[in-house]
Amino acid sequence: MDDIKILDTVERYIRGEMSPDERLYFEQLRKTNPEIDQLVVEHTLLLQQMNRFGEWKKFKHALQETHIDLTQQGKIHSDKLRGGAKVVYLWNKYKRVTAIAASIAGVTAIGISVLVNSLTPHTKDPKVQELVHTVTVLQQNQKALDNKINYVDKKNQQPVISTPVRFNGTGFLLDPKGLMITNAHVVKNSRNIFVQNNKGDQFKAFVVKLDVARDVAIIKIDDDSFKSFSSLPYSFKKSTSDIAEPIFTLGYPRDEVVYGEGYLSAKTGYNGDTLSCQISIAANPGNSGGPIFDRNGEVIGILSAKETEAEGTVFAVQSKYIYQVLDELKKSSLYQNVRLSSRSSLSGLDKVQQVKKIQDFVFMVKGD
Amino acid sequence: MKAESNEKALLQGLARSERKAIEIIYRENYNMVQSLIINNSGSTDDAKDIFQEAMIVLYEKVRSGSFELNCLIKTYVYSVSRRLWLKRLQQMNRYTPAVENLQDTVPVEEDVEENERINSEFQAMERAISSLGEPCKSLLEAYYLEKKSMQEIASFFGYTNAENAKNQKYKCLVRLKKIFFAQYKNGNGNG
Repeated sequence: MDDIKILDTVERYIRGEMSPDERLYFEQLRKTNPEIDQLVVEHTLLLQQMNRFGEWKKFKHALQETHIDLTQQGKIHSDKLRGGAKVVYLWNKYKRVTAIAASIAGVTAIGISVLVNSLTPHTKDPKVQELVHTVTVLQQNQKALDNKINYVDKKNQQPVISTPVRFNGTGFLLDPKGLMITNAHVVKNSRNIFVQNNKGDQFKAFVVKLDVARDVAIIKIDDDSFKSFSSLPYSFKKSTSDIAEPIFTLGYPRDEVVYGEGYLSAKTGYNGDTLSCQISIAANPGNSGGPIFDRNGEVIGILSAKETEAEGTVFAVQSKYIYQVLDELKKSSLYQNVRLSSRSSLSGLDKVQQVKKIQDFVFMVKGD
Repeated sequence: MKAESNEKALLQGLARSERKAIEIIYRENYNMVQSLIINNSGSTDDAKDIFQEAMIVLYEKVRSGSFELNCLIKTYVYSVSRRLWLKRLQQMNRYTPAVENLQDTVPVEEDVEENERINSEFQAMERAISSLGEPCKSLLEAYYLEKKSMQEIASFFGYTNAENAKNQKYKCLVRLKKIFFAQYKNGNGNG
């Protein structure tokens, strides 16, 4: 209660509400009592501060009201940004973000294109010639033959498949039931695909999977006259073979199966491609898609391309890639049960015996 | 000559918080500041904040009595707004290429800093009053800020008489004083 009285007195003193007598008395008290003096000083400061604070608040309030008034009267344009001003505002606000986004996009695009460039196998390099045989002479012969056959057929009233052949290559069986592998460039532009064994029997086939980048195609023989084998004599090697290992291939550079022999020259392919390898072998157009065997009769690759600048430099897709592409294939239910045999029944046999056993499983692939 | 005396009259009006003066200065300068802010990554809300802050700087300046206008009000308001906005951009950590000058500017760094100091004091006061809670807050505001008489306050708050209201007011004031001087000392100690 006392405190409050003192405070009231101090306040009245500061405001000059005291009578002259009282004031004189209080000033006397201030001089003699430092505590009262201190109280006056403090209270003066507080009141001053509160006063200024009050005015500051009022002024702010007035500003706010003025703003609203002027906006309503249309004397300042703050209610909304119109037309150009809005664009300017948005642009100014986001130009940095836009610039960053654009540069990220640019860098990403460049990065991706560099990546794609470096990862794509360079089978389309002009230095590498695809070993496709464009059979022009044969084509003509075939036509003549077809005509004759047609003539005979008309007599027999039997429909016969007529195939104007454009390309041929080689393919070989992945499983005994007619799943085959060959090069993508052999079949990719063909509407009809036929395979022909070394006895001259021809079967219809269709493409199951096409990997143009890797230049590998999986095709399936789809013909009633094709009889499944009980098993394949050769197996597929999972690991990479060693340099200098002797190899051989079977293919159809001409109408008959042709044997070729060579060695593994390098573990990587053209421009360091790790999924292919370099071999030295006599390969001709038509050998494309042929199997590369090691001396145990294991498939170590698929012959795919040869370098035009150097003779005898041929590239093969490594067999481990066959496993990869087959794994992808197994995702579809139709081919879930396909398994590559990993046991070769050919090891220990001499080459002549090996080839004899293999040749029935290597086919000429023809497309139109 | 006429323009100059006009400006002087405006500033005197502003010092007395005259509504007319506030309105004229507001009307004549707001759009300029708004385009400055918007052309430099700000929104209309930012523009309003910055402009009103600049008005307060001007207000405090003319009230201090030591203010001599060496330039047009326009130039001063523009300079302060520009300075304030640059500071705001820095605080937001937004890189900005130097805010371009559409107008002449005068050095206002000191005024802006002084304003910051005053602002922080007032904010401290605001915090102190808010922390008292009701009815102290309203009671003190009614008496010291809105300058209502004790009689009015007593009837408004429902005290039986002015004397009771006064006692209550003093109790509140003692509490405020404690908080205020604690902050004041802290503020000075830190400063």
